[in-house]
Amino acid sequence: MTMIDRRSLLGAGAALLAAPALAQSRWPARPVQMLCPWAAGGGTDAVLRIAATLLEKELGQPFNVVNRTGGSGVVGHAALAASPPDGYTLGIITSEICMLHWQGLTEVTYKNFTPLGQLNNDPPGIQVNASSAYKDVKQLADAIKASQPGKFKASGTGQGGIWHLALASWLGAMGLKADHVRWVPSNGAAPAMQDLAAGGLDFTTCSVPEARAMLDAGRARSLAVMAPERLSAFSNIPTLKETMGIDITAGAMRIIAGPSNLPAEVKAAIEPALKKVFDSKEYQEFMNARGFGLVYADGAGAGRALEAADKSLGDAMKAAGLAKA
Amino acid sequence: MNDLLEAVRLVAAPDVMIAIVASAIYGLVVGSLPGLSATMATALLVPVTFWLSPIAAIATIITASAMAIFSGDIPGCLLRIPGTPASAAYTDEAYAMTRKGQAETALGAGLWFSAIGGIVGTLSLVLMAPLLAEMALSFSTFEYFWLAFLGLMCATLVARSSPIKAIASMLLGLLVSCIGMENPAGTPRFTFGLTDLLGGIEPIPALVGVFAVSEVMRAMVTPEPPKLPDRKFGSILAGQWKLTKKYQWPMWRGNFIGVIIGVLPGAGADMAAWVSYAMSKKFSKEPEKFGTGHPEGLVEAGASNNASLASGWVPSLLFGIPGDTITAIAIGVLYMKGLNPGPTLFTERASSMYALYLIFILANIIMIPLGILMIRLASQVLRAPRAGIMPVILLLCAVGAYATGNNLFSVLMVGAFGILGFVMDRNGYPVAALVLGIVMGTMVEQNFITSLIKSDGDVLPFFERPVSAVLATMTIGALLWPLGVWIWNRTGGRRLPAQGAAE
Repeated sequence: MTMIDRRSLLGAGAALLAAPALAQSRWPARPVQMLCPWAAGGGTDAVLRIAATLLEKELGQPFNVVNRTGGSGVVGHAALAASPPDGYTLGIITSEICMLHWQGLTEVTYKNFTPLGQLNNDPPGIQVNASSAYKDVKQLADAIKASQPGKFKASGTGQGGIWHLALASWLGAMGLKADHVRWVPSNGAAPAMQDLAAGGLDFTTCSVPEARAMLDAGRARSLAVMAPERLSAFSNIPTLKETMGIDITAGAMRIIAGPSNLPAEVKAAIEPALKKVFDSKEYQEFMNARGFGLVYADGAGAGRALEAADKSLGDAMKAAGLAKA
Repeated sequence: MNDLLEAVRLVAAPDVMIAIVASAIYGLVVGSLPGLSATMATALLVPVTFWLSPIAAIATIITASAMAIFSGDIPGCLLRIPGTPASAAYTDEAYAMTRKGQAETALGAGLWFSAIGGIVGTLSLVLMAPLLAEMALSFSTFEYFWLAFLGLMCATLVARSSPIKAIASMLLGLLVSCIGMENPAGTPRFTFGLTDLLGGIEPIPALVGVFAVSEVMRAMVTPEPPKLPDRKFGSILAGQWKLTKKYQWPMWRGNFIGVIIGVLPGAGADMAAWVSYAMSKKFSKEPEKFGTGHPEGLVEAGASNNASLASGWVPSLLFGIPGDTITAIAIGVLYMKGLNPGPTLFTERASSMYALYLIFILANIIMIPLGILMIRLASQVLRAPRAGIMPVILLLCAVGAYATGNNLFSVLMVGAFGILGFVMDRNGYPVAALVLGIVMGTMVEQNFITSLIKSDGDVLPFFERPVSAVLATMTIGALLWPLGVWIWNRTGGRRLPAQGAAE
């Protein structure tokens, strides 16, 4: 196990003080600020913090995580997009950046960022109460198709949140209207799972890691994941593709990014470093322990993922009547 | 038994011991800074836990959060700046005691009854975890709605002013809680196009503003009060045993309510403190003394919020459902360290579970000596001249508000709420009721709307489920009680004391 000892921290501090005197030879010559649009203690914060610690080891400068919260993620994303493109303010962006602008809540889109590397993707799942009559996802789907609109109730996050859109996409793929199943907005996945266990809901569409504790406790069952392949940490859960032939690839992504027009030198330095961070034993162990999906893409790949997500989430939002104009 | 011995060995390891002491001091210091909440303290610890052994990692989280919740009482008592929404319920009471020259009794009560509450909460965790977890799981949004509604009704009980003014300021709090898009429809309300308002008004800046900034403003317009007699700060624990015996019944009631509210995910320490303080006043033999510096409410609410802190771990450990923001962070750490929450944690990893219990108890015991030290240090501020202390408070408020989101907007929010709090205070509107409205408003709305969505607009399910029927009866009974008394009096019946009129 490696540690940052006090000496190397002091060294870094000394280097920081000396930095202005030296020629700014190569990036990073001084500490880098990493913006997180979500609060300290959440999943995104945790991923960014471990990535920052490992980046520091790779690149030899401190990467300081700063939580710039507020406005349902708008404030932090906007702050990153507006920061000077000198490579000393980077951050993490999440799938919400492909949703907020459709709701007319911000002008900022994925185009205002330079994606540097995707570190994680969690696809939506379909969970039912342990005592539910539906043994597999086909039975549930058939029951939904046969039901009156609005009879089935599902939850997983707030109105128009990422898991709401996953439900809308699933219903759309089955040829149903987006509001055929009524969405019960909740304050995140944990309360939704609690309500599922208390018998208040028919199913939830949050990600499997978020449902994990209830699954382990035998209170809920996961019927499917909406992903192209089974998840390595939950290999017993079938995909929607293999059971119903429905291919939904959207999920909650976490991507390291900077403002647009980031210098080529910075990109050339950080992209390989991020790949190393992703492959490191510490990162893999951390993500597996939390059950977070290990999906990597380089800057260009992350950019394509964002573009695809922006389109599919936008379509889902329009279908669900959540998009403005 | 073997598991227990193994647990003792795990906890007695030098790295765990060091982790406990270091995080205790850290928690005390961070918690006592206004605006830096217990949640903040724990979140900042997470990167440190990467390098600790599993038990040491959990120990830091448990110890730091327990310490921070207690030391949040210190600035509340000495300067009228509540550290957390949980201590906001009794800030005015504790501050009144300080003005009467009984700061040590007030802080001592906070410390002593926090420790007792913490230990009782832990015992409930040890003895009844599966049972309590079962109860928590039977709570659906219908039950939560009634619970939150009951919480709102505490507004008139905690305030000393007229019930009309208390209700008015609670309603203002509800209006503030409507701001933002964190509502069931996900629609921005009252944001006036400002991005910063999308996330709504966080309770912390509002709290710091109405209590602390308004206090600074009040100090500026009133003449310097007669200096507190310059005397030696009395013993902190001396009077506590007497208080324990005198208020034994309220203390147990506080512990009990704390445990029950704590296990309900999302309710947590805030609601426990408010409900307990209101209960204490309602059932006290001398309710007229509340708000004038009377320790009874402190005893009950102080015990209650710490009891809820420990029992909040029940749903977290058994189902991975966070009881509050602190346990949400702790769950992440548990997963990271391979101690996955779930029933198997209690069977297969029993020694780790016992180690966890031991850490809880240990943390609450060392809270007493370290807390005394902290109180002694902090009480120096009472000697400092007011002209020196007030600017520092203002600075701390601004820094604390900024620290919650690295966002300048929160600082402006603190200022705005400071002015609002000052005006309300001057006109006899209780600011505590405003805070209650802000804290509970979202919960009432969220659970009401989602319940209606689930029942397709039918109100019957609010009364059908057994637990919600009981809660509904309590709520409606409390609402109608004053009306009943009034009718009884008007129809010439025996005159009842109209003390229920406050509801």
